[in-house]
Amino acid sequence: MAMTADELSAIESRHPQVFQRPAYKRFWPLLLIAGTVLYLAYALWFFSLPQVLRESHWERLPLFLSQWISYDLQPEFRLDQPEITPKYPRFSALGEHPDPDWVIKNPDGTFTVLIDGRDKSVTFDKTRATIVANGQTVPVSLTGGKPEVTGPVPDWVTVHDDEIVAKMGFAGEVRVTVDRVKVRKRFLGWANFVFDTRSPFFGKSAGEVISLIVSGPELQPGTSNLALAADNIWNNAQWQHGDVWTKLLQTIVMAFLGTLLGGIVAFPLAFFAARNITPSGLLSQVLKRFFDFMRSVDMLIWALFFTRAFGPGPLAGSAAIFFTEIGTLGKTYSEALENIDDKPREGVLSTGANGLLVQRYGVMPEVVPVFISQTLYQWESNTRGATIIGAVGAGGIGLKLWEAMRTNSNWANVFYMVLLTLLVVFIFDNISNFLRRRLSRTLHDYNRLQAAQG
Amino acid sequence: MAASAFSEDRDFDFRADAATPPFLHVPIMTSATLHSDATRRQADAWRRQTSLRRFYTALGVGLLLVAMCATMWFADEANAGHFFDRLPHILDFLSWLVPKDWSDVWRALFDIASPNDKGTQEFNFPLGRVYVWGGFYIPEYFELMLTTVNVALVSTFIGFVFAVPFSFIAARNLTPSPVLRLFVKRFMELLRAFPEIVIAGLFAAIVSIGPVAAIIAIGLHSIGALGKLFYEINENIDMRPEEGLRAVGANWFERVRFADLPQVLPNFMSYTLLRIEINVRISTIMGAVGGGGIGEELKLSISRGFGAKTLALVLLLFITIFLVDQFSAWLRRKLVGEQAFLMSA
Repeated sequence: MAMTADELSAIESRHPQVFQRPAYKRFWPLLLIAGTVLYLAYALWFFSLPQVLRESHWERLPLFLSQWISYDLQPEFRLDQPEITPKYPRFSALGEHPDPDWVIKNPDGTFTVLIDGRDKSVTFDKTRATIVANGQTVPVSLTGGKPEVTGPVPDWVTVHDDEIVAKMGFAGEVRVTVDRVKVRKRFLGWANFVFDTRSPFFGKSAGEVISLIVSGPELQPGTSNLALAADNIWNNAQWQHGDVWTKLLQTIVMAFLGTLLGGIVAFPLAFFAARNITPSGLLSQVLKRFFDFMRSVDMLIWALFFTRAFGPGPLAGSAAIFFTEIGTLGKTYSEALENIDDKPREGVLSTGANGLLVQRYGVMPEVVPVFISQTLYQWESNTRGATIIGAVGAGGIGLKLWEAMRTNSNWANVFYMVLLTLLVVFIFDNISNFLRRRLSRTLHDYNRLQAAQG
Repeated sequence: MAASAFSEDRDFDFRADAATPPFLHVPIMTSATLHSDATRRQADAWRRQTSLRRFYTALGVGLLLVAMCATMWFADEANAGHFFDRLPHILDFLSWLVPKDWSDVWRALFDIASPNDKGTQEFNFPLGRVYVWGGFYIPEYFELMLTTVNVALVSTFIGFVFAVPFSFIAARNLTPSPVLRLFVKRFMELLRAFPEIVIAGLFAAIVSIGPVAAIIAIGLHSIGALGKLFYEINENIDMRPEEGLRAVGANWFERVRFADLPQVLPNFMSYTLLRIEINVRISTIMGAVGGGGIGEELKLSISRGFGAKTLALVLLLFITIFLVDQFSAWLRRKLVGEQAFLMSA
């Protein structure tokens, strides 16, 4: 049903306001886009983004991410000693007497290290090494003063002056020099998550541990095996379960306490700030500006101040959230109060009730669900926010996260804490959502009843 | 139940009526007593109900108080300094904040040399000047504040650009495929809940410590946060324009562009402005943990106890956040009216 040009122009002349809008109305989207583009160009220059991106090390990203869910072991074999023996770094995940089954001493005196089965492995003695990976075998001669590959060099092997590096992807790598062979073997998972290497339960299977706990002889005289196991887990040196969980609880407490106290203080103040309830315009203005002030002085500033006042810890964090929440909740509460229906209030007032009773029976029933809902919402968002302000010293898991990240080597621990934080946020989101949905049903019913009654 | 009670009353009423002489006006009396009987029953029921409600309320408040006291004790125990030990010293701690010379606050703010300068870091105000053109300079703190605000703006922009398409995919009424919807929703949830500080730390190791890492962290978080709000708006649109477009054979992109977008854009803008307010605050905090900008300087200044510098920074930060909030509120009011300020319960 194509229209003719006449019909089109007829429609156009009938509705001029649709087709001939003022210039600013027609062009403001264009102007907005142009402004945004200009601003982005400026931001590009301001942050010198091209240079930052050029100098960034994106190759580290997969490495770091893989470290979140894996760990590596790095045995080293000295070739300049009378006898070749594997050496492991101190505090390696294998404990004090490592004897992994992927390091094999062959009958002819050579060593074989299996990095990913026989397909990715290295076999060596003092004179030569043979690296196997990707279906290729690379023989390396170690006799000529520097390591030399005999034959073609595949692209996964890099030959440096005095070192040959064979990268085997996620599984690990082999570094060969004349006087040592260094192997890095990567394992999926978290090492020693339950028991650390000092624990008497270290290296035992789950069945063994359970049977020890249930009916084994006391490993440490005077304490039951159950208590010993619990203590070993709680004080695991590498994962610090006890400390992490305590810090997590601190974060939860900070959010809870700060929001609750903020709500308690904001509640009475909001009545004096709501213009329809308080008779004094001056008081209302003063309180509203006070709320604005508490909100605008950032949570960070409060956190830094209270950290200085009380010392680092959850008290400082709670106080920071408390002060910010006075502002936020005070503002939202007073806005909710200003939006109430005045009829119930007038009704209660007409019975001769005093001021307090009018608030209690004329106002509170209407606003309390809204208040609770808003408080729950703030609680939820503070549970997230408490993680960040923790990092400036206000206690909780934030500081621990920040410290674990600073060395760039403990990503598995970071990921462990992240998972716990996500779990906490998830649980509290759901609790808060559940409660708010119940409340909103109450509110909804109330509104529907009111509408039905006219 | 009410009806049967009524008829019972009526029966009783009749019998009483028949048994008593008319001149005593007993019918009126009995009707009054009966009325009070029903009222009493109603009152009892109401009283039972309220006392139950009161019991639950008291129980809830009681539990809340117990939890509050327990958490207070826990927070106090875990803290480095204890509340009642530190309380008398609060004012000592505030005393360093009061500068000996109040003009130093202005000097610190505008990088003007101070006569109190004895070569220490506390009064080296002119050192941080950022020269733009000849003798014209931007004071250090304004430059830092600008960095923080720019971090917030750019990361909100990133959040907006990605959240808009994600929100269309996540909306129940616009995307029929539940798998795709669920995937996008979970993805946004993950972005929202993932601690920003970890993303910032990760990218600090990749793109070097500084504002770019903060932008990435806050930007990713904003995608999740805005995406959630946006798709909830999308799910509440009027579907008639969409059906109209569907009837004339418009494809998905055309329907979203011409039926959905015009309805939701003002609300999107309103939430984005709200996000800018939040992001300015977050980027300040990010600065304090290495993201550059004013947060870093503030943290240093407070930890070293530089009164004048701290006051200048707090003043600048306060005014900036206040202005951003007011501007955003004004714009939101223009965009969507009062509705932007009513929190849905």
